[in-house]
Amino acid sequence: MALPSTEDIVDDLSFFDDWEDKYKYIIDLGKSLPEFDEAWRTQERLVKGCQSSVWIQPGNEQDPLKGEVLVFSVDSDAIIVRGLLGLVLAALNKKTPQEILDFDITAYFEELDLERHLSPTRGNGLRSIVNRIKGIAQAAV
Amino acid sequence: MSFDVAAIREQFPILKREIDGKPLVYLDNAATTQKPQCVIDALVDYYTTCNSNVHRGAHRLADEATRRFENARDIVKVFLNAPKREEVIWTSGTTESINIVANGLGQLLSPGDEVITTGMDHHANLVTWQQACKASGAILKTVPVTDDGELDQAAYDALLNDKTKFVAFPHVSNALGTVNPVKAMTAKAKQVGAWVLVDGAQGAAHGWADVQDIGCDFYVFSGHKLYGPMGVGILWGRESVLESWPVWRTGGEMIATVTLQESTWNVLPYRFEAGTPNVGDAIALGEAIRWFSALDHDAVIAHEEALLDHATALAKDFDGLTIIGNAKEKIGVLSFVLDQGHPADIGFLLDRQGIAVRTGDHCAQPLMARFNVPGTARASFAIYNTIEEVDALFVALRKVRSMLA
Ligand SMILES: Cc1ncc(COP(=O)(O)O)c(C=O)c1O
Repeated sequence: MALPSTEDIVDDLSFFDDWEDKYKYIIDLGKSLPEFDEAWRTQERLVKGCQSSVWIQPGNEQDPLKGEVLVFSVDSDAIIVRGLLGLVLAALNKKTPQEILDFDITAYFEELDLERHLSPTRGNGLRSIVNRIKGIAQAAV
Repeated sequence: MSFDVAAIREQFPILKREIDGKPLVYLDNAATTQKPQCVIDALVDYYTTCNSNVHRGAHRLADEATRRFENARDIVKVFLNAPKREEVIWTSGTTESINIVANGLGQLLSPGDEVITTGMDHHANLVTWQQACKASGAILKTVPVTDDGELDQAAYDALLNDKTKFVAFPHVSNALGTVNPVKAMTAKAKQVGAWVLVDGAQGAAHGWADVQDIGCDFYVFSGHKLYGPMGVGILWGRESVLESWPVWRTGGEMIATVTLQESTWNVLPYRFEAGTPNVGDAIALGEAIRWFSALDHDAVIAHEEALLDHATALAKDFDGLTIIGNAKEKIGVLSFVLDQGHPADIGFLLDRQGIAVRTGDHCAQPLMARFNVPGTARASFAIYNTIEEVDALFVALRKVRSMLA
């Protein structure tokens, strides 16, 4: 399944004026994320938040136009966090390391009016995942 | 005297806040309680009128600050029904209080000695004893938790023996709300000659902290869970024990004489109060306890029981909800999981509706593992909560359930 583009997401989410529709969209996005192999839920792939767990498996592939791009499989035991991870992947998956480093995730979440989920107090691992992805990109440039 | 919850609420300015246009329903009181205006005023007044270092300056402000600070100690002494004011030590909170005792204990234990904690302890009352045991070669034993969320008393009896040197348990479990039989458990530990520490972080807020009645050697709590400020707490210790307990923090104030090579320690309570204490917060905690103690205690307990009973009844009727912790003696906490979603999801969606609960492991990972849950959602109640707020929680939970279904 192809994730929507970040532009589509910003469009879709700005269309909702109540929080319920917005969170239903996030929940649906979480449900539609590609399945994560149960066997991958291991300690090395775990990014632990104090409220929910997040797993990440990085990889790479060749893009005919851009050359090497990074691909990520992610998972969380909380569906809303899975949906938020979908928002992150829409921005950072299948991008070159330099594109990943250049992307302003905070501004993106602010545009979505979801920046609270990136706040360190949330302890949901979302911020740690973003940092992990940026770290992998940093190592690859 | 009776109990007027509307009048109580009036005294808490933060309760007037709205979250996304909805009235705040604050049900995270086991994490920290809100502060009445008089406590906020006491703090502001201290910094406005008499801020100064205590016990040191030869001037008016130092006199006033010291008087207020030591008066707050007297208030705590009365609150705990402690025999002596010198037994009341100011700390930064429960965690520091336990660390002070545990670091001393680490120096007193020998290999093969045994320390007992429980399967429902907050990490503050577990990791500390693990470290003391690691440092000394002592063995850490754990009282198991039953399916209902009570401490298994038969197992506890079986663990006690003449090698048991120290026993620590929570007065009230922060994750389950279980009220433990602290007096009976203390008496049994005393029969084998062990020291006993009761973690009163959750117990003190219900006003049951009578240290002479319990018979323990140490009772610890945090000000911020008792309508007082953050950053201040209490270590109460029996004088005969504290007098010779090894000190952990050293430095100014806690010494009697110092030469370049040797020092001797001050008398209680200063022996354990190294450095400049948190004077303003200590004074404000004194005010919080004065305020809390002036309430009709029986009415407070009756109100809190009514809140929990009402919440429990609604929870039992709620499809897909499982209560974690069904102890016969419970106060202040409704911990639960929903079939439809992870606790973190519940927390997000309740927050969007103005309801503040805590989700996660409640700093009790072994307990979560015991119940085989990744964590729980926890609604915890304080004296200013209302039956209508409990109803609001369940209205909001119905929406959560349908959104996650
Ligand atoms: C039972 C129990 N023990 C210890 C603590 C630690 O308290 P503090 O973080 O204030 O030091 C808490 C706080 O959540 C608690 O509930």
